[in-house]
Amino acid sequence: MKFGIQVNEGPYQHQASDTAYQFAKAALEKGHEIYRVFFYHDGVNNATRLTTPPQDDRHIVNRWSELAEKHNVDLVVCVAAAQRRGIADADEAKRNGKDADNIAPGFRISGLGQLIEAGIQCDRLVVFGD
Amino acid sequence: MSEEEMMEEGGGVVKKFLYLNRKAPIGTVYALESLEVVLIGAAFEQDVSMIFMDDGVYQIKKGQDTKGVEMKNFSATYRALEMYDVEKLYVSKESMDERGLTADDLVVDVEVLDAAQLADLMDDQDVILSF
Repeated sequence: MKFGIQVNEGPYQHQASDTAYQFAKAALEKGHEIYRVFFYHDGVNNATRLTTPPQDDRHIVNRWSELAEKHNVDLVVCVAAAQRRGIADADEAKRNGKDADNIAPGFRISGLGQLIEAGIQCDRLVVFGD
Repeated sequence: MSEEEMMEEGGGVVKKFLYLNRKAPIGTVYALESLEVVLIGAAFEQDVSMIFMDDGVYQIKKGQDTKGVEMKNFSATYRALEMYDVEKLYVSKESMDERGLTADDLVVDVEVLDAAQLADLMDDQDVILSF
């Protein structure tokens, strides 16, 4: 089955991102396809490479990046939600006159149309959040 | 639905999209950002419905004044949904009753459905985006 995933909550504050990751990993291990993971609301905070959790805790951001690399999963961060919360790639940083970018490997910034498209293309769109 | 009706211009698929709005308009950003999804999503010409339930019914309440808390008052935007061909708006009867609201208190025309009817409506959808 082809799954789309939406993550609506930030890392560490809320379990939604953990659950979405576990779901994606389990689905891939069962041979399903993850068409796209779309990060929205505070979910965009899953995409900053500046995240530094204590060493004895899981690294939520790196875990997503590794999943993307290993399984070629498309990790998309909503541009409008990202701008509000200070998540930027090199292009966004330049366009908005910022002195740095912070997006983690494997993530890309794009528009809400990517979420709607996932809904259209996938057999199931699964939303993780409150 | 005929095969032709299933296909929009350009040969795309038309699915039934439901936006489920459960949060108050201010206090958290969910309502504002979910409305942004609805407006952007309209360009995809899908078969869109919206449900307002729990505190989400306050999103479309008349007479909102957010000046004191310095938040954007976006309640007028719901009245523009019609121009985006988003016309199927539903509210939960139980959520309205619990809050002492009637359809007259709302900025848009809605259909009031009870929990069982809302369950049927959700069951009928292809994609449910819950905010």
